[in-house]
Amino acid sequence: MSRFLYVTYIRTTPEKLFEALIKPEFTRLYWSETWQDSTWQRGASWKLMIPDGRVGDTGEVLEIDRPRRLVVRWQNEFKPEMRAEGFSRCTFELEPMGDTVKLTVIHEMEVPVPDSKFIAGVSNGWPAILASLKSLLETGDSLEFTKRWPKGM
Amino acid sequence: MDTDAVFKALAHHERRKLLDRLFAENGLTLNELCKGLKMTRQAVSKHLRILERANLVATLKRGRDKEHYLNPVPIHAIGERWIGKFQRRHLGALHDLKNRLEGEKKT
Repeated sequence: MSRFLYVTYIRTTPEKLFEALIKPEFTRLYWSETWQDSTWQRGASWKLMIPDGRVGDTGEVLEIDRPRRLVVRWQNEFKPEMRAEGFSRCTFELEPMGDTVKLTVIHEMEVPVPDSKFIAGVSNGWPAILASLKSLLETGDSLEFTKRWPKGM
Repeated sequence: MDTDAVFKALAHHERRKLLDRLFAENGLTLNELCKGLKMTRQAVSKHLRILERANLVATLKRGRDKEHYLNPVPIHAIGERWIGKFQRRHLGALHDLKNRLEGEKKT
């Protein structure tokens, strides 16, 4: 399968959630100390930076419609077997629902790859990162094991 | 998250079977999910609604088809609630050992 889809409901506002998805001071707290380097304009380059200074992933901002939708073209850089699979596309959709925001994350390969290692990798990471993001926005604290970049990775 | 809805949804073996199928192959349509199952289309559709309400299944409309995806976020949250941060690795190792000794069995 070359696509994963996650849905989570977070008690917050679309504006706050959007900020939390892109601002380094937020992502460092719930996304294993990583941060994204981009000017967040349509067509702007995009990088996911690993805390030790390596570039984890690269790509570009394909669509940005604050605070509703963000689409990033995304290729892994630090694992050769994942890099070889080419570009993926990650879509974030934010929809207000009562006092919560429904966050949908769709991560798919641009060209389907059977048994994609990249999709297997991100599908392992997203549930934890999203749970931690939810915890951060609702309680003010992220989940312990997402606070640090994993040793040796 | 409505924890009751999650546990109720998980409390039926046919619904767990549907989740197993999506785990093996994500993004199936209703027709594809019905294949090889003894349940009627209506029954599958009803179970999917319950799973969707519990946020265990998320759907994506692609043209005329609706694709179903296993959404592991609520199950992850259940784990998060009772599994301590230092237990995670031991539990993973124990789980691998059990699977290796028993063969990959699901209940």
